[in-house]
Amino acid sequence: MAPMEKRVVFQNKFLPYLLVAPQLAITIIFFFWPASQAIVQSVLREDAFGTRSYFVGLENFIILFEDDYYLHSFQITALFSSLVTTIGLSLSLFLAVTADRLVRGTTAYKTLLIWPYAVAPAVAGALWGFVFLPGPGVLAYVLEQAGIDWNFQLNGGQAMFVVVVAATWKQISYNFLFFLAGLQSVPKSLIEAAAIDGAGPIRRFWTIIMPLLSPTLFFLIVVNVVYAFFDTFGVIHSLTRGGPAKATEVLVYKVWYDGFEAQDLGGSSAQSVILMVIVIALTVVQFRYIERKVHY
Amino acid sequence: MIERRPVANAFGHIFLITTILIVAFPIYLAVIAASHTIQDVSQTPMPLLPGAELFTNTARALFDGPQMIGVSGATPALVLMKNSLIMAIAIAVGKIIISLLSAFAIVYFRFPLKNFFFWMIFITLMLPVEVRIIPTYKIVADLGLLDSYPGLVLPLIASATATFLFRQFFMTVPDELVEAARIDGAGPMRFFCDVLVPLSRTSIAAMFVIQFIYGWNQYLWPLLIASDYQYQTIVLAIGRLMRAPDAFYEWPVVMGMAVLALLPPVLVVVLMQRWFVKGLVETEK
Repeated sequence: MAPMEKRVVFQNKFLPYLLVAPQLAITIIFFFWPASQAIVQSVLREDAFGTRSYFVGLENFIILFEDDYYLHSFQITALFSSLVTTIGLSLSLFLAVTADRLVRGTTAYKTLLIWPYAVAPAVAGALWGFVFLPGPGVLAYVLEQAGIDWNFQLNGGQAMFVVVVAATWKQISYNFLFFLAGLQSVPKSLIEAAAIDGAGPIRRFWTIIMPLLSPTLFFLIVVNVVYAFFDTFGVIHSLTRGGPAKATEVLVYKVWYDGFEAQDLGGSSAQSVILMVIVIALTVVQFRYIERKVHY
Repeated sequence: MIERRPVANAFGHIFLITTILIVAFPIYLAVIAASHTIQDVSQTPMPLLPGAELFTNTARALFDGPQMIGVSGATPALVLMKNSLIMAIAIAVGKIIISLLSAFAIVYFRFPLKNFFFWMIFITLMLPVEVRIIPTYKIVADLGLLDSYPGLVLPLIASATATFLFRQFFMTVPDELVEAARIDGAGPMRFFCDVLVPLSRTSIAAMFVIQFIYGWNQYLWPLLIASDYQYQTIVLAIGRLMRAPDAFYEWPVVMGMAVLALLPPVLVVVLMQRWFVKGLVETEK
């Protein structure tokens, strides 16, 4: 890690503690204490009246992994996040490469493509939900005319399609910005040299641009998986409520539903702990890679 | 660009413009829906060209809120947007202040436990609300902060990203400035307020844009904390209004509200684009 402090520092015994105190207070009260409670709750079970709780070891986890709905939720999350990541990244890479090749208009295109980042996931869900709504929805009408029996409120596959569209739509701007920045930092001299040696645009893309872009690509894969796992609750909640028949019940939706709607404290806490492990793994991957990028 | 390829370039422009139109399409439809009467929007499909009711429907959204069958207590968008604004600004300002202070302590002081505190702040990155959902709710309930602005704001203002960003920026500030300040007899807080904070203007602006959007777009947290309509945000209201899509809906008013919900953060991004891009790129370093 980079050096953390200045050569020249101030001398004071109490002031630095006072300065970090607000941040630490929030961190301990609202992050560390609840996280430790989630871990504690995950090995406890409440009795039928909710008055006493007793130690059950890993039983909550065992029940979870024997629960078909939970395994199903894992599969749904894997499908959802891989679709959001692959579609979002390929589309924005294609857009960024196209914009980067053009001499004129790149800045204008950037402005016109970045704003979906600012739209809340829940609002993105509402907008696309309306577009695909059977009845007034314009694309629902187009699909009906094409002979498809369209109703994403009843058909699980169609519901997954709509949540993937809404979640990907929101993330395109972010991916596009980072790809464009990555492309613009590829030295022009390298590309020109390859062109003089007779390499065409496609060859140049795969042999020069893509390898140089791979750190950006890898970084974006992690960011998109984290986004699909943790930041899409609003999309799901506003569009499908995890339905129909749990067809779009991703892990973060299930942890909320089981905890607040089904009041299953132990089960929901065990799910929290599993999510914690996932997010820690993803953060470690992301930061190990960033450390490397800094040193290269 | 290496070769001159006018045809490829033309296709490039066409492709980008088409994509931009497709990306904007759902918002166009929301605005169109907001400009018609309920009867017009209930056709299959709804009209594709603007109607004359945009002003009426927006006024209804702002001052009355949509009437829903089966959903009681319509809240005017004005109240919801006020809550969103309070939440977004308090979160952004709160994060910036506590992160400036802790980054200042970490960079400009030498004290025991410093590394430990730094790692504690870092670890919050790995603890999103979703992984500690029930216990965090319980803490806020025990503190009596349900249905209150502090309840909506305080648990969200710890920020590892902002602390890292400011730490990184402070490391680039020349040491001579501290020496000069000390020779002039300025204490640490004087140096912080008069030198460091003014120098950090750009970083602060970048952070403000990112965190304002983060705060405005919160969904899960207000869903847990704000059961009272007086404390709900506009984004939360949109998600709740979509609850029973089969029901008879005032779609023009609902879509007008959706546009109102996305307008402020979108304007912030577009108008403060330079700082937004800076903030986005730098927080990911």
